[in-house]
Amino acid sequence: MAHDGIGARVPRKEDRRFITGQGNYTDDIPVKNVTHAEFVRSPHAHARIVRIDTSAALAAPGVIGVLTGTELAEDKVGGLICGWMIHSKDGSPMKAAPYAPLTPDVARFVGNAVAVVVAETKNQARDAAELIEVEYEELPAVVDPAKAQAQGAPQIHAEAPGNTIYQWSLGDKDAVDRAFAGAAHRVDLDLINNRLVPNAIEPRSATAVYDRAEGRFTLYTTSQNPHVTRLVLSAFIGLAPEHKLRVVAPDVGGGFGSKIFIYPEETVCLWAARRLGVPVKWTADRRESFLTDAHGRDHVTHAEMAFDGNQKIVGLRVKTIANLGAYMSTFSSSVPTYLYATLLSGQYDIPAIYAEVDAVYTNTAPVDAYRGAGRPEATYVLERLMDVAASRLGVGPAELRQKNFIRSFPHQTPVIMTYDTGDYEASLDAALKAARYSEFPARRSEASAGGKLRGIGLSCYIEACGIAPSQAVGSLGAGVGLWESAEVRVNPVGTIEVLTGCHSHGQGHETTFAQLVAERFGVPIDQVSIVHGDTDKVQFGMGTYGSRSGAVGMSAINKALERVEAKAKRIAAHLMEAAESDVELANGEFVVVGTDKKIAFANVALAAYTAHNLPAGTEPGLKEGAFYDPQNFTFPAGTYVCEVEVDPKTGEVTIIQFTAADDFGTVINPMIVEGQVHGGLAQGIGQALLEGCRYDTDSGQLMTATFMDYAMPRARDLVSFSVSTTVTPCKTNPLGVKGCGEAGAIGSPAAVINAITNALGIERLDMPATAQRVWQATRAH
Amino acid sequence: MVQINVKVNGRAVSRQVEDRTLLVEFVRETLGLTGTHVGCDTGQCGACVIHLNGRAIKSCTMMAAQASGAEITTIEGLAKGDQLHPMQAAFHRHHALQCGFCTPGMIMTAVDLLNRIPHPDEATIRANLDGNLCRCTGYHNIVKAIAAVAQGGGASA
Repeated sequence: MAHDGIGARVPRKEDRRFITGQGNYTDDIPVKNVTHAEFVRSPHAHARIVRIDTSAALAAPGVIGVLTGTELAEDKVGGLICGWMIHSKDGSPMKAAPYAPLTPDVARFVGNAVAVVVAETKNQARDAAELIEVEYEELPAVVDPAKAQAQGAPQIHAEAPGNTIYQWSLGDKDAVDRAFAGAAHRVDLDLINNRLVPNAIEPRSATAVYDRAEGRFTLYTTSQNPHVTRLVLSAFIGLAPEHKLRVVAPDVGGGFGSKIFIYPEETVCLWAARRLGVPVKWTADRRESFLTDAHGRDHVTHAEMAFDGNQKIVGLRVKTIANLGAYMSTFSSSVPTYLYATLLSGQYDIPAIYAEVDAVYTNTAPVDAYRGAGRPEATYVLERLMDVAASRLGVGPAELRQKNFIRSFPHQTPVIMTYDTGDYEASLDAALKAARYSEFPARRSEASAGGKLRGIGLSCYIEACGIAPSQAVGSLGAGVGLWESAEVRVNPVGTIEVLTGCHSHGQGHETTFAQLVAERFGVPIDQVSIVHGDTDKVQFGMGTYGSRSGAVGMSAINKALERVEAKAKRIAAHLMEAAESDVELANGEFVVVGTDKKIAFANVALAAYTAHNLPAGTEPGLKEGAFYDPQNFTFPAGTYVCEVEVDPKTGEVTIIQFTAADDFGTVINPMIVEGQVHGGLAQGIGQALLEGCRYDTDSGQLMTATFMDYAMPRARDLVSFSVSTTVTPCKTNPLGVKGCGEAGAIGSPAAVINAITNALGIERLDMPATAQRVWQATRAH
Repeated sequence: MVQINVKVNGRAVSRQVEDRTLLVEFVRETLGLTGTHVGCDTGQCGACVIHLNGRAIKSCTMMAAQASGAEITTIEGLAKGDQLHPMQAAFHRHHALQCGFCTPGMIMTAVDLLNRIPHPDEATIRANLDGNLCRCTGYHNIVKAIAAVAQGGGASA
């Protein structure tokens, strides 16, 4: 292994600019003569727009223009799209309603943009926005997904009667009905997966520049997938042809899904730059992030599990209502369907599964993928059910899980997925051992003596990552393929540039991707540059989400590296007058096996570019590209153990220890992987204990619109985590990697709630388990 | 307009700004020191923490005019040339940053913490990070990096 190759704990190459204040985030980019956009947003959850008076704003100092849905329609700017078609059980397509970047007629959630002011300074834009008078006719609103389909509920879009977007199902209903009819035990549970606000610390931002002479646009934006942004802005919204639109996503300060989507504000900036003839910049303030970033989760679920007399699961039935908010965001339809119900088999051999999902419109911000996206919801359903079942069946939670583990691979679940490999027993054992699970009763007694209630909870999660095989997702309704591209450019001096369609917004690609090059070519990582996030540099790519950059992005790079190596080897063999089959690349040198003949990689690169002495028919240069389309999803899995202490006097929950044992397949950089787990755990624990996005049920006002009202996990809410990995290399990609970005957020909420319910001796407790809620649960008991 | 005279990262600067200019706007927009970030508008996230006369403050909760006459250190002024401050080096070594957006504020807070409390235990470190949000790291490695600097003999700026 190269010392900075695969498996090495290499400190990150990208750190220096961030720790010295030299990061280059969208809001930091200076653009000459830039103007500033301020959006006028609906203060009502649901209201008809009667009249917009922009005259005072237009006359205000520094104002360049005021635009509304009227001008948008005038310029024939297309609406925002949802790029994944879901069909209902009855075969009808989902009821996707129009989503105008500035709503022309009806505001459907608090924060829905109705107008934009562009002015010379930010303060002038803000001042002028205050002068815009919008007359609204308020309409009744519905924010609770469980109430959206009720008779008499306010109708949000004419296209979707009963606010129902689709009624979808997966699995064999009859087989499940039969399994339940013949079962020895049945367990059921009502669950709410609480609505979350992603809250990347960098707010969304966009600066749009239009070059009238060339007809070219540049959009600097906080995106996880600049090429997809370009594609949607070109092909659907129709603002610019792709070859005339450059999208740059420079340093991006966290995404967690929320920066995948194509939003109204970025679209409006691009349009306004052309219409008004000035560069236009917008940066969200945090209130706008809360109001308009796509939220996550928000499921209401009833789940039932059936067991035979040997405590083996024979069937699972799940009914979920998923809130998609007031408009369908870019990938929203896929999250509660193919990213959710396909994971309902978990780590278990379940012969029959049937899931029904109703997706509904409500007068809330759009809901879309947030770290884990569907998979945390699936894990929460299963792992809560397993604990309730264990308690009712009188068996230990670990034992019940062990009895039902899948043990032979490949394993075909009843819900589409084929797991290639895994060892669930190994990660369970590792987690139980690290958590000193067997000694828990003694710790519980000790805590009890001090008046505290100790609880321990398990969660054995699985996720589908490496998103995704294009043909498979296409057959399920995806509007795009989910392959990845790479280009490897070897310079004449042997330094290497790798262009990738992935996008790093904290994941450390500049380091891990370079480690792959170091591993293969023996080139030190400081001689490798990773280029990403600019559609003028990288031809195309699908971006970073769904823990796909290792499994898909690096596999593409690996493929391009193989091609580079093949050509370099041909040249090396020629230079050394050896047969190509006798030449090997090791430690940065091509050697003729069994001899002392060798030539450094850099010298081969130079020879490729001087082209003075190449094998007959070989083109000069050393540059190769590749597209890689995965054969299958990857299936990271693991066990999390949470131990909590509850103060029965106050309901306060303290995490005592949190233990993670994950199987991510081959690990490229353990330090970075651990960091990904830590961050995911914090978000999952945040969901379980602290975070809950609340809309007022009557007014539809967002009650949690600042960091003072929405409880983000802070350092003192968390502990230092115990994390480790077990390894079964993925069998469907060349590197054996599975992905690690989302696991922490997927597996942890159930572990935390299972620990608290274990401490309290109760079955149901909704997230977030705030002190108030836990205190009430202790009283009710 | 109001006249602001400050010493920033060792250099005296004078600028005229609009009265309502926040200190963070002065630092980012007037002086172009974009290492200091804005992550919220309620003084909660700590991405804008800088040092004012040697103490960590949230530059979004202060008017630029209030800072006139003060000495300011921003993240850009923490390293001595190519020599990283021990806290910067520790954040790198212990992987205490991912997206990097909260990092400048986090480092400035951490330096201030060890200036005030040279040998904090883990609970003290965590309590003193209460004003800084990080969404990426779960704080695990941030706490580790600060503890490492403390054990290595403090972090005087």
